Amino acid sequence: MEQNEDIRLMKGNEAMAEAAIQAGMDAYFGYPITPQSEVLEYLTREMPSRNFLALQAESEVASINMVYGAAGAGARVMTSSSSPGWSLMQEGVSYIASAQLPCLLVNVNRGGPGLGTIQPSQGDYFQATKGGGHGDYRLIVLAPNSVQEMADFVFLGFELADKYRNPVLMLSDGAIGQMMERVIFRNREIKKIAKPWATTGKTKDRERNIITSLFIQPEKMEKVNLELMKKYEEIEKNEKRYEEIFTDDADYIIVAYGLSARISHKVVLLAREKGIKVGLLRPITLWPYPSEVLNKLADKAKGMFVVELNAGQMIEDVRLAVNGKVRVEHYGRMGGIIPSPEEVEEHFEKFIKTL
Amino acid sequence: MLNEEIIIAGFGGQGVLSMGQTLGYASMVEGKNVSWMPSYGPEMRGGTANCITIVSDSTISSPIVSRYDTGILLNQPSMEKFESRIKKGGIIVYESTNILHASERKDIGIYAIPAAAAANKLNNVKVANMILLGAFLEKKPIVSLDSVIAALKKVLPERYHNLLPMNRQALEVGAELMRKAS
Amino acid sequence: MENKEILTPQCIVEGDDTYDLVYDKSHIMTETRLHYCPGCGHSTAHKILAEVIQEMGIQDNVVGVAPVGCSVFAYDYLHIDWQEAAHGRATAVATGIKRCLPDRYVFTYQGDGDLAAIGTGETIHCVNRGENIVIIFINNGVYGMTSGQMAPTSLAGMKTTTSPYGRDVHTMGYPIKVSELIAPLPGAFYVTRQAVHTPNAVRKAKKAIENGFKYQKLGKGTSFIEIISNCPSNWKMTPVQTNEFIETDMIKYYPLGDVKVPSKEDLKELK
Repeated sequence: MEQNEDIRLMKGNEAMAEAAIQAGMDAYFGYPITPQSEVLEYLTREMPSRNFLALQAESEVASINMVYGAAGAGARVMTSSSSPGWSLMQEGVSYIASAQLPCLLVNVNRGGPGLGTIQPSQGDYFQATKGGGHGDYRLIVLAPNSVQEMADFVFLGFELADKYRNPVLMLSDGAIGQMMERVIFRNREIKKIAKPWATTGKTKDRERNIITSLFIQPEKMEKVNLELMKKYEEIEKNEKRYEEIFTDDADYIIVAYGLSARISHKVVLLAREKGIKVGLLRPITLWPYPSEVLNKLADKAKGMFVVELNAGQMIEDVRLAVNGKVRVEHYGRMGGIIPSPEEVEEHFEKFIKTL
Repeated sequence: MLNEEIIIAGFGGQGVLSMGQTLGYASMVEGKNVSWMPSYGPEMRGGTANCITIVSDSTISSPIVSRYDTGILLNQPSMEKFESRIKKGGIIVYESTNILHASERKDIGIYAIPAAAAANKLNNVKVANMILLGAFLEKKPIVSLDSVIAALKKVLPERYHNLLPMNRQALEVGAELMRKAS
Repeated sequence: MENKEILTPQCIVEGDDTYDLVYDKSHIMTETRLHYCPGCGHSTAHKILAEVIQEMGIQDNVVGVAPVGCSVFAYDYLHIDWQEAAHGRATAVATGIKRCLPDRYVFTYQGDGDLAAIGTGETIHCVNRGENIVIIFINNGVYGMTSGQMAPTSLAGMKTTTSPYGRDVHTMGYPIKVSELIAPLPGAFYVTRQAVHTPNAVRKAKKAIENGFKYQKLGKGTSFIEIISNCPSNWKMTPVQTNEFIETDMIKYYPLGDVKVPSKEDLKELK
């Protein structure tokens, strides 16, 4: 181990919390819920010796509204939760998106619907990417697949949030949050930008700042909608991220994100041992969605196989992306069950036999 | 090329999760890749606990696997659950004070380590897990005992560093028990 | 609120000393025409709040949080930085602001539906944490903005659009006395109930708001200023009748005066 590199073995949740501190987070507001309670625990433990605020709110509803207030006041701010708590936050998220407040939100996805299970799931994909709250809005959605990325995407998330004045959601899951892996923290420059729109007190040299999501006249509301759409277009143009593994010569493409992508990576290795040419496309941003690369891959692939820990949600985006060029099928487990690579590989082989 | 996939399982409170973590830290100390995936449940104590620890020279794809190179098993239910999932040619290291009915498979190595009894002799029942870890590392030296101690130094708060010699002793007792069992 | 029509009478001409200036609209009030109904207490409450901010000279150092309810447009009327909160969440939003800007004056302005129904949890926990903010709580016993539904503070027997036969406390619950509810919390520093239906009451209410803002500097907890107000439109009364109703009914159930005051010891640091 090199002395000048800070290498640690950490849970995904802890790595995310540590990264937030290192990324210059001013404030964190949260409410305990499994499987992400380590975040608030870690932060409250570190708070006395480091310069930030961590506050346990009385509910997720309060947390997200504290985030609204702090973000509106110009702070670098964050909250995290898991599925049921994330549902509770949706009203506030819609307000934050409308008021264009930069902040980092994290959902460590567990099984649902309802109170569900505390085991890992990807059942919140629709909610994350299609708008969990009311109204026309988008979150930038980052999907980490390792403990390292849980840390890295905190830095990236804060920067994207500031750049576009838009909430960023990190959609992780119980497994990535709870598992331990090696994570490297490098000394990074903290990039913060001026926020002249923040409500910090109306000084004489500027007009007053109002943070609001209320635009009661339809003409004004539509103007705001159009402004948001323009911003989303810009994000779609600039921020699509994905990883390709063995796609160069692939006859088949597996599409998976987060934990499913880790499992699918092994599936690819298992299948290639048997001489099946298969590659993996891992969307890193779930919104904006890397549709173009999928469409291009569909030109030479014979079929696509979407692996998710849900009943089939991202598959809709894959089908839209390939627009009928190839057959796209889904394999998923639910309820917090994680399929083994061997199990997925078996279903993948069944699928390619039908092509 | 090293790629060791290990399941460690037992009751909550037997040090199952911390054993995997310690092995993980030790592997990291040696610059290897590692993933540690716990089963987590609502029970804080006394429930079943297991973790999959993977140590590898290369990038670890799936942190979840269904078949393992090694099983370190600390109670009877875990033996019953995992014995069939050990790869051919793999090994089971089990705590033989608790587990009375071991696997009868012939295609894997099965080693009975009376770790709880040995820990009692050391006047510290809590180091039974370190005895098992020592036994495992004697059979498969994927990391050195020095690295394990270095890892413990990193993991344990300063006030527990007086326990390091005891842990070292436990690892060595485990190694000795493995030599006898082999 | 597009209507920026100036309503202030322009009777003072600079350099003209024919008239003595005896009253001036606070410059903290914007030129936007208030949307409140004639006779509504919100206007008066806004006015005294603006005067306090002006007189304390804290305009550049204050952030307000507006609620959902009749005062949802409060941010259009006071010339300061504002945030508009979701229904009931003003105290959570204010917590976020104050914790990140501890040297600013932060206040919420909320009605009874916002603060005492949908936002009860946020209210109690904000006060319980002793957030150093001022909460201005306008209690008129009715949902004004959505046109007259029963509020948690509607009096027993009060007819509203959702209690058309009068509030039956056995099935609809009792009117909540929020000041008395939160005063026992250690985080509550100053709790008082005032009104704006008479000139004397207005003066006292203004003094209470000023106290709240001053106490904020001490950092010793939440100041909670309940203001009994009226709603001519939804009470279906003339403004004069509403003022009488406040005297005969509202104040009987919600007595005016301080519910919790800081000790002399607590105020020692204040000059």
